[in-house]
Amino acid sequence: MTWIAQNLWLIPVLPLVAAGVIAVSKQRQRKLAATLAIGSMVLAFLLSLCAFSTTLLHHGDHGVFREIAGFNWFQFGGQWLHIDWVLDPLTAIMLVMVSFVSLLIFIFSAGYMAHDENFTRFFCFLSLFAAAMLGVVIANNLLLFFICWELVGLTSYLLIGFWYHKPSAVAAAKKAFITTRIGDLGLLLGMVWLYAETGTLNFYTTNGLGCLEQSALAAMATHLTAAGMAVSTAIGLLIFLGAMGKSGQLPLHVWLPDAMEGPTPVSALIHAATMVAAGVFLVARVYPLMSVTMVSWHDVGYSNHTGALQVVTWIGAITAIFAASIAVAQTDIKRILAYSTVSQLGYMMMGLGVGGVAVGMFHLITHAFFKALLFLGSGSVIHGCHEEQDVRKMGGLRKFMPVTFAAYAIGMLALAGFPLFFSGFWSKDEILRAARGWPVSHVPFYLGCAGALLTAFYMMRQVALVFFGQYRGSACEEARISSAEMERKSEHPHAGSYEENDEPRESPAVMTVPLVILAGFAILLGFIGTPAWPWFDGFLNGEPAGFNFNKLTEGGTLGLMLTSAVIVFTGVGLGWWLYGKRQRKTVEEPDVLQVAQPAVFRLLENKYFVDEIYEATVIRFNAGAARACDFLDRWIWGGMVLLVTWVTLGLARFYRFTDEFVVNLGFDTGCEALREGGDELSSWHSGRVQTYLRVIGVALVVLILFLIWGRKT
Amino acid sequence: MTPLQGCLLVSALLFAIGLAGAVTRRNAILALVGIELMLNAANLNFIAFWRYGPNPEALSGMMVVIFSIAIAAAEAAVGLALIIAIYRHYRTVNLDEMRNLKG
Repeated sequence: MTWIAQNLWLIPVLPLVAAGVIAVSKQRQRKLAATLAIGSMVLAFLLSLCAFSTTLLHHGDHGVFREIAGFNWFQFGGQWLHIDWVLDPLTAIMLVMVSFVSLLIFIFSAGYMAHDENFTRFFCFLSLFAAAMLGVVIANNLLLFFICWELVGLTSYLLIGFWYHKPSAVAAAKKAFITTRIGDLGLLLGMVWLYAETGTLNFYTTNGLGCLEQSALAAMATHLTAAGMAVSTAIGLLIFLGAMGKSGQLPLHVWLPDAMEGPTPVSALIHAATMVAAGVFLVARVYPLMSVTMVSWHDVGYSNHTGALQVVTWIGAITAIFAASIAVAQTDIKRILAYSTVSQLGYMMMGLGVGGVAVGMFHLITHAFFKALLFLGSGSVIHGCHEEQDVRKMGGLRKFMPVTFAAYAIGMLALAGFPLFFSGFWSKDEILRAARGWPVSHVPFYLGCAGALLTAFYMMRQVALVFFGQYRGSACEEARISSAEMERKSEHPHAGSYEENDEPRESPAVMTVPLVILAGFAILLGFIGTPAWPWFDGFLNGEPAGFNFNKLTEGGTLGLMLTSAVIVFTGVGLGWWLYGKRQRKTVEEPDVLQVAQPAVFRLLENKYFVDEIYEATVIRFNAGAARACDFLDRWIWGGMVLLVTWVTLGLARFYRFTDEFVVNLGFDTGCEALREGGDELSSWHSGRVQTYLRVIGVALVVLILFLIWGRKT
Repeated sequence: MTPLQGCLLVSALLFAIGLAGAVTRRNAILALVGIELMLNAANLNFIAFWRYGPNPEALSGMMVVIFSIAIAAAEAAVGLALIIAIYRHYRTVNLDEMRNLKG
């Protein structure tokens, strides 16, 4: 057992302690809050690096390096619940990614939120989030996982609603919380079922009895449940429901774009890089459960076309194309990125479904870096343009913000999958390659290709609108400046601190340096998972990775790379032709696509009316049910209660009447008589001894007379 | 009239006087004197019934009377002590004013 595996708990606990200390510090202590949060993240990052290097050192020893440590938490019946953590390549790579991206975003936030009065609260939530997310990553136990998972959801809620004076932010926070809760219900059910089947929630144990290990999986894969489905598939699907909620997959994606109401660093950290990837990570973590299949009655194997993985693939593929097409017609810079995130998460799910853990996780890691980069870049743009988020009111920012532009361009090219030099190309290519080899269907592959085209197109559109052409913000700024100034100030509490200069300006170094670092990673990370040197794949699977250039040309890989390059070039070219070459002149001018295809554009602009459909179906149903419940509660159950009350009150009145006028009256009369009798008797008992003696004397005389008279007769 | 009847007559007279004294006197000490008289009437009865009874040799009546006189002495001592205590408390020995035993 290595030292770091034993002490892996330190990584999430450090930010947790920081969050606790910040929570009790005063609102004014900004420096303390930022220092604590960033300091704890630095330590967590160093420890993560330590964990990562340990896994690297043990890489390729025998199979996958995996070390488990933990302690017993509490006992119920004969069972112990454990708090366990695991150090394996999957954990290690996620630890490094999460802590590094968090660290950069923490630093960026120190600049971005510098004028916000609730700076300390922000850092408290951020630290809490980091702690929970790192907890999710190291958990070796579905229960601990679930606890951290819910904490992550909570911090997401808190941070989306950070500017709680905006009603839209509050609504978005509630929406995010409730929508993910629907998925989490599935996860909880899956967890309970898993416990019922295997009697343990530990993923791996030292003696091979964990729920993701051979014996438990074999039991679950051979055990059939409703509709001939293996129990493992059913549980896998329930768990995937949780992942769908968190990762914004198709039916439950609606919360993610709305979550952009939160501060931009939050969008970057939580709703692009880490938390939404937790769903993908969950699927990767329980991948053995998802992929296990029955080979014969005694033997189980693993395949990439089990029922559970087919669902994962289809949902992922549909989400990828669906969200990408919506992103084409959006005008809010952060919403475009949000839909892009949903789409990329779909890619990751598809990658997991068709290609296995390494394929999906590779895209997760690269995406985390370039999407964090894009979000921070958009944050920088928004900051520079005085809290303006509408891309139609930007333009020409290339000249005003060169560093941001360069970093953003790198992020955009990485996301679009520009060939050879950008990480997104390699990771997306892996997914497409795996999708093409999927034995069930080729449709996900085509959907993926179409999604890639759209991705390149909408990213080019965004960059062209934001950074090229003329700055369109000043004219409208002047028009608005008198009327909407007060309103705008109240909406963005830190907007008022600018001197009102219309010119956008470059952000301070505290914000641009993280951008530059992330941009570097957005390029470099691609090279750890190229087909020629599949190091990432080998690292996760515990195999040594050889360097082989021939693999680039083998088995259609080259053809696929060319195809995807052509797709990207087409997308980028189309975007440039439509939006870059001929720039829009005014803010009000309709979109090029809107002129060409008004109906389609309207559909896309309104996000396929999903929100409206939900409004008309689920929410209306829910509201109807709520009204029915209200009616039942108010009139039926309430009426019953009222009836009981009345009956009780009536009875009480009756009792009171009988008590006062029947029982009491009789009793009072009896008492009165008794007292009078007592009075009478007590007058005999005068206390005069001589009177008593007199009575005795008279009585004696009477007695004697009686005796004498008796003798005579 | 036999000597027994004479004795009984005297003793009845004595008892009646004692009773009248005990009932009518306001002074507690005089009431006590009356009680002593009644007691002595009873003693006289004992002596008379013994002396003129069927077995005058046995001295049984004499013994009972001696016991009775001893008890009467003790009782008189207790009675006088009570009267002194009452006097200390109420500053009077008038029986009419001692009504605290009333229910």
